[in-house]
Amino acid sequence: MSTNAVAARPEAPPEANLKKQLKRADRLRKFKAIGLVAPLALFLIVVFVLPIGSMLWRSVDNTELESVMPRTVAGLQQWDGSGLPEEATLAAFAAELRDSRRGGGLGKVGRRLNYEDNQYRGLLMRTLRGLPASSENWTQTLVEIDPAWGETTTWREIQRASPPVTDRYVLASLDLERGANGEIQRIDAQDRIYQSVFQRTMVIAGGVTLICLALGFPLAYLLATLPPKTSNMLMILVLLPFWTSLLVRTAAWIILLQSNGLVNQSLIASGIIDTPLQLVFNRIGVFFAMVHILLPFMILPLYSVMKGISPSYQRAAVSLGAHPFAAFWQVYAPQTISGVAAGTILVFIMALGYYITPALVGGPADQMVSYYVAYYTNTTNNWGMAAALGSILLALTLLLYLVYHRLVNRKQLIRS
Amino acid sequence: MKKNNLMRTRLARSVAVSGLLTAGLAASASAQALTVISFGGASGDAMNTAYYGPFVEETGIELTPGDYNGELSRIRAMVETGNVSWDLVEMESPEMVRGCFEGLFEPIDWQRLGLGDVLIDSAFDECGVGTFVWSTVLAYDADALDAAPTSWEDFWNVEDFPGTRGLRRGAKYTLEFALMADGVPNEDVYDVLMTEEGVDRAFAKLDELKEHIQWWEAGAQPPQWLVAGDVVMTSSYNGRIAAAQEEGNNLEIVWDGSLYDLDYWAIVSGSDNVDEAYQFIEFASQPENQAVYSSEIPYGPVHPDAIDQLDEEQARRMPTHADNLEGALAINTGFWVDYGEQLEQRFNAWATR
Repeated sequence: MSTNAVAARPEAPPEANLKKQLKRADRLRKFKAIGLVAPLALFLIVVFVLPIGSMLWRSVDNTELESVMPRTVAGLQQWDGSGLPEEATLAAFAAELRDSRRGGGLGKVGRRLNYEDNQYRGLLMRTLRGLPASSENWTQTLVEIDPAWGETTTWREIQRASPPVTDRYVLASLDLERGANGEIQRIDAQDRIYQSVFQRTMVIAGGVTLICLALGFPLAYLLATLPPKTSNMLMILVLLPFWTSLLVRTAAWIILLQSNGLVNQSLIASGIIDTPLQLVFNRIGVFFAMVHILLPFMILPLYSVMKGISPSYQRAAVSLGAHPFAAFWQVYAPQTISGVAAGTILVFIMALGYYITPALVGGPADQMVSYYVAYYTNTTNNWGMAAALGSILLALTLLLYLVYHRLVNRKQLIRS
Repeated sequence: MKKNNLMRTRLARSVAVSGLLTAGLAASASAQALTVISFGGASGDAMNTAYYGPFVEETGIELTPGDYNGELSRIRAMVETGNVSWDLVEMESPEMVRGCFEGLFEPIDWQRLGLGDVLIDSAFDECGVGTFVWSTVLAYDADALDAAPTSWEDFWNVEDFPGTRGLRRGAKYTLEFALMADGVPNEDVYDVLMTEEGVDRAFAKLDELKEHIQWWEAGAQPPQWLVAGDVVMTSSYNGRIAAAQEEGNNLEIVWDGSLYDLDYWAIVSGSDNVDEAYQFIEFASQPENQAVYSSEIPYGPVHPDAIDQLDEEQARRMPTHADNLEGALAINTGFWVDYGEQLEQRFNAWATR
């Protein structure tokens, strides 16, 4: 190498120049590429990665108490959890409670402590009203205002709510909680709900995906094999629902499927049934509406893949003596795998996050995770729970996606 | 570096100056005009006719109306930055209670308001003065039932009143109605619900009716279901039923055992126009003005005398008509703010089983 370099030296200037130019051109191209991608990357980071990251962080964030009552929290960390905390801690608590009314701190603390026990908002309110400007003995004063301050458990609960991170929301999203001694245990049977909600979400999303595939595959096949004139017409019909609002389509299903709706009336008129069937406000209604709304997302990727498959392969298989079904199943179907993969994953992931459709056409047993996320975000302002439910759904989705990706890839390998 | 510093000082100075300017402008503007924020829409129009216009005419105080969607966060931001440009805000009760707890509103000085104790009881709150009442009632389809139900006990009686029932999908309203149906007197409902046994009792009562219930989610659903024949009776917001009645449907309301809630006026903490705000609240609480509001939109006036100034048919539809108020219960907002999350979770777990 070095001899080469030495030998090349006399002619070095032009070649080095060329190299340099090449490098510069290369660098310029790279910069251009980065420059072209930068706005999108920046956009994604600002509106996607950062907000989602901060939202995920909220599922373990527990800084409410620390930010409003830093001295109380510090004092409680020293406390061994027996009897009552020291007088100094209680004095700090009284002072910080008085200050918390300004700037919304009281609301934060009250909301957070109410998760431990429903009594705290009222207790803090009563205490604040009766709080004197100064006191010789804060322990005594607080207990006089409300005897709850004289109980060890009151302070133990505040102590438990003070560390800067917590697993309570994540545990609660799995129907778990920490017991009195910090061990993880299941919550009361009557309150357990989220495990079944996650299961239900998966079942509904999976069911909708399978139905969409079963309905969409033949239609996409038809579209791909018909002459362009007819297939374009049909394609417009497939796309037509996209031009109507989701809410309108959902409401239309309610009108069609309700007890006195078109479907029930025509079934009764034709003598098939005597009493109206319950078709809406249950799982059936959810499947009807969701399949209808998501079907185009299955058909489009399938169609685009099928359009590219030459019919000669199947013809060749038949001419070589294969049964038409075998020719379809062994020769044609494997070529559509990428379309099936794209369609199913698209429909499944969109179905996972469905909120308004199940809320309107489902019953209480058909609500998916997003319903509860919306409830905690909008109604009770418990963003910790909303974030925890969202994070678990995200993790489950990623996990399923990985498994699915593996399966599809392996299948493709075997077939080809 | 030096240049940088200089720039920074200059920048800071100009920011400070412009800040002072805007603060000064805001102060001079707000010293004159009272900013009143409502939910807008049909209710806002009714307020404009009944309160805003006549108030300006009578007092000569300038008034800037505005509307919002009930977000407590906007008020929180104003109070926290000390830049309070809203004086008086219409609040729904849960937000009013939460905001009061966080110190976002001025506590109401009832002496200064000079209304005495003439308003209905739940119009008095620590940080809010009630302004109108809406109600959740038992409504039924008079064509579909042979006999008229008169209470929540009848609602639970599927033998004499066969047919599907509608209830709101959620613990709020539903648990109160269940306890009423189980014979708990109105005044004890929330005391019972605060105990574990009381909650068990409410859910046990709901168990009896579970298979006959169709759960509604949106306020438009109950009247629609009644009209379509999906349910024979249901809980519903009274305004929605009134609208359906006007369209000629034979729907009836049982006021006994209805749950009512109020929207409140609250004065934003740090407002420069507290005096004017009190004047406005007092003006808007006068019976003649309340009557004008309620004739524009079917929300009940909080002043009992206002009812007498409405025509008979309108008055009968108001949640605050003396006859309607008799067996009614005010929603305990504080209870739902404290216990809501826990009870909703239990409700959802129960409803799924």
